[in-house]
Amino acid sequence: MKNESSRERLAKRAALELQDGYYVNLGIGIPTLVANYVPEGMTVVLHSENGLLGIGPFPEDGEVDADLINAGKQTVTALPGASYFDSASSFGMIRGGHINLAILGALEVSQAGDIANWMVPGKMVKGMGGAMDLVAGAQRVVVVMTHNDKSGASKLLPECTLPLTGKRCIDLIITEKAVFEVDKQAQELVLIEKDPELSLEAIQACTAAKYRVALREPVSA
Amino acid sequence: MKKVVQSAAEALAKVGLNDGATVLVGGFGLCGIPENLILALRELGVKNLTVVSNNAGIDDFGLGLLLQTRQIRKMVSSYVGENKLFERQYLDGELEVEFVPQGTLAERIRAGGAGIGGFYTPTGYGTPVAEGKETREIDGKMYVLEKPITGELALVKAHIGDTHGNLLYRKTARNFNQPIATAGKITIAEVEQLVPVGDLDPDQIHTPSIFVNYLLKGAHYEKRIEQRTTR
Repeated sequence: MKNESSRERLAKRAALELQDGYYVNLGIGIPTLVANYVPEGMTVVLHSENGLLGIGPFPEDGEVDADLINAGKQTVTALPGASYFDSASSFGMIRGGHINLAILGALEVSQAGDIANWMVPGKMVKGMGGAMDLVAGAQRVVVVMTHNDKSGASKLLPECTLPLTGKRCIDLIITEKAVFEVDKQAQELVLIEKDPELSLEAIQACTAAKYRVALREPVSA
Repeated sequence: MKKVVQSAAEALAKVGLNDGATVLVGGFGLCGIPENLILALRELGVKNLTVVSNNAGIDDFGLGLLLQTRQIRKMVSSYVGENKLFERQYLDGELEVEFVPQGTLAERIRAGGAGIGGFYTPTGYGTPVAEGKETREIDGKMYVLEKPITGELALVKAHIGDTHGNLLYRKTARNFNQPIATAGKITIAEVEQLVPVGDLDPDQIHTPSIFVNYLLKGAHYEKRIEQRTTR
């Protein structure tokens, strides 16, 4: 465990959210790594919002194709059973609730399940891409992020301070320190897993959002 | 029916595009962009364009070439992170930008081409994107009213076209090209292969010829790759 990078551990934990037969959209960065941890024997179809269901591994040197990329603009391959479609159909799949699971990063998440991940006032805005559609449309939305920002401030907050990407749309938050479910009714988080090396007090000290504790063993796939 | 022209420049000459026009441009990143038509637009020198395109190319390829020549006044896009020139012109206030969520952008274009006056989407509700727009509850869920997008000109790139203008795209190069082909007052398609009418299987057509006004075989395809990733 110790020599595993924090990124890989997060990706591995997020992979426990996969189920056989799921259609899944993975965001750029750590979420993309989740594809490396799909359990043996499980079939998960990866969706790329630029128009591909059935993303395969990166191509071999000789099979790179400029017409076949993922949403991060990386060259990829397509698996048997894949399909291509246009951007309007692709987002129809997303908004229409056909994507079982979306995993993405965040700058801030609120205890009511709001997410901010596209814009920091005063900094150059690059755009939201497909993130607003994904958080609004996917059946289940999982955030994978660091628990605190570079200054040490909690990214789990009572209310987001940054402009929102979506309101009341997050279901689960996975950080290197803990895993929280979002209780949208109570508008609070539920601490369900924590790093065994951290005490409850240590989690409390670095978490600004309101949460209750209901620890359980991670469901292994 | 004579839709086939010999070059991108000839196609643009037939359109007679004015300064200040709105031009829709297909592609996602550099994948499936109409590279010959973009070069011809640069040669033509029309200015103050509003360009609707998911991305803005990179500094020295795709729509970045029209930023170099300062032909674009406003971009309507979902993500522009790949372009330093864009950033500089935007921060200097030379370039206006309207960020639209990617799915909303695709659907606004689709709606424009299909004669739909607007639609309610859950995307962006409660975010800055919804500011100033009508919102309403439908069956217990909140939605934002989004309006259609059309333009004087739509530029798309397909893999194969026949002389009637039926188009087939290839792999993920389809992306925004398919909806954008429907949303221009005039649509010009450039293709890698041009085949005689009758050669394509009608069951396989992606864009029916009705949407295409002019068609040309691209003189040269660089098909540059933004992120070459291998195993």
